[in-house]
Amino acid sequence: MLKTRLIPCLDVKNGRVVKGVNFIDLKDAGDPVEQAKFYDDSGADELCFLDITASHENRGTILGVVERTAEQCFIPLTVGGGIRTLEDIRRLLKAGADKISINTAAVKNPKLVESAAKKFGSQCVVVALDARRTNKSYEIFTHGGRTQTGLDALDWAKRMESLGAGEILLTSMDRDGTQKGFDLELTQMIADAVKIPLIASGGVGKLQHLVDGVKVGHASAVLAASIFHFGAYSIGEAKTYMESKGIAIRLK
Amino acid sequence: MIVAVIDYGSGNLRSAAKAIEKVVSEIGKGKVLITRDPKEVLNATHIVLPGQGSFVDCMLGLQAIGGMIDTLENQVIDKYLPFLGICVGMQLTADVGEENQEVDGLGWVPGKVVKINPQNPSLKIPHMGWNSVKLTSSKHPIKSALQKETEMYFVHSYHFEVKNSDHLIGTTDYEETLAAIVGKDNIIGTQFHPEKSQLAGLKFIEWFLRWRP
Repeated sequence: MLKTRLIPCLDVKNGRVVKGVNFIDLKDAGDPVEQAKFYDDSGADELCFLDITASHENRGTILGVVERTAEQCFIPLTVGGGIRTLEDIRRLLKAGADKISINTAAVKNPKLVESAAKKFGSQCVVVALDARRTNKSYEIFTHGGRTQTGLDALDWAKRMESLGAGEILLTSMDRDGTQKGFDLELTQMIADAVKIPLIASGGVGKLQHLVDGVKVGHASAVLAASIFHFGAYSIGEAKTYMESKGIAIRLK
Repeated sequence: MIVAVIDYGSGNLRSAAKAIEKVVSEIGKGKVLITRDPKEVLNATHIVLPGQGSFVDCMLGLQAIGGMIDTLENQVIDKYLPFLGICVGMQLTADVGEENQEVDGLGWVPGKVVKINPQNPSLKIPHMGWNSVKLTSSKHPIKSALQKETEMYFVHSYHFEVKNSDHLIGTTDYEETLAAIVGKDNIIGTQFHPEKSQLAGLKFIEWFLRWRP
């Protein structure tokens, strides 16, 4: 049986982890590679790096991080943040990323999704959707939730699927950082409307939220950052809990 | 040991090469060559054919390298070198692929590659994530390296229907039973990605590198 995936996400800025686990047994807690290895050893099903490096000059630093991670971590690695062109994607894949996640660039240039899927295969193209509830329904936002696009989230998800996205990473901007749980209505609406897998993100504060994302939201995978980074729960605890609630999951 | 990882323009080879490099360095001496040069393939002791994307693109990519398919046939079929196909690299060993259009494969393992088509709408395509691999063959030497059921990482929308059940070494369930490992003589192929399947995957790679078919 196919297992639900649990994916920790690390924010990386100028090659250093901004938010991450702070365990004493890590030699350098700011090193994304050490953190990645920690999660790999703990039984994470995949890893996600979100590169939040602002300046253009430092954008190359993520490549070195990805290269070193690929030498030590043998689970799928997704890298997102600041990807604009096919060449950006090619460099990340060549460095050892297994998937890339496109957000703002997909809105600015939907053709990028299509050409990336054609060139590198749908399996490595994740489209990140940042959605926020508006008075009509849900709308797509970019630039970390600051820029309103006028695009309906449901239509956009279907369009991305038809252009060749292999997976959707859905973040509720209303819930992100609140620890109140996923926006389940939004998650279920999008998950049920597309044939490709959906990763739910944004708002996890308790282990039950992960369960709800799968059972109510119909997500194929759940992504979380802060509940793991701040040591509230370990990957193992999260997985054991999910299993106890009847979710098929890979246990170590 | 010289492991040739064939580079024919199919997406990301680095993951596969890195995982093999790690195992090679742990079990002895050797090197891993990411290569598109048939001459280098002639010197190899092991051949790995990765693959991502569509069957037809991968087949065209392989055909585009002058002399590569002849060299592979020489090394794998005539000289009996251990061969590992991963994902679409495994699918290419089939007679034919029916992805987008019908295309001839290498024809090393009888069978065809067809779309996964679950009736249950909640089963997503691609089949993506960790799924249990059950060994179906009691004879194949891979049984020394894998438990009866092992979790491996999959991502694919097409699957290999083998003609002869003797060539079906392991399966996984996604409404229908899908080939997870196919094998014939010195050829082994995995639909899953051993290079992305953490310790179980590294153990599989180690088995392959030690295999003397």
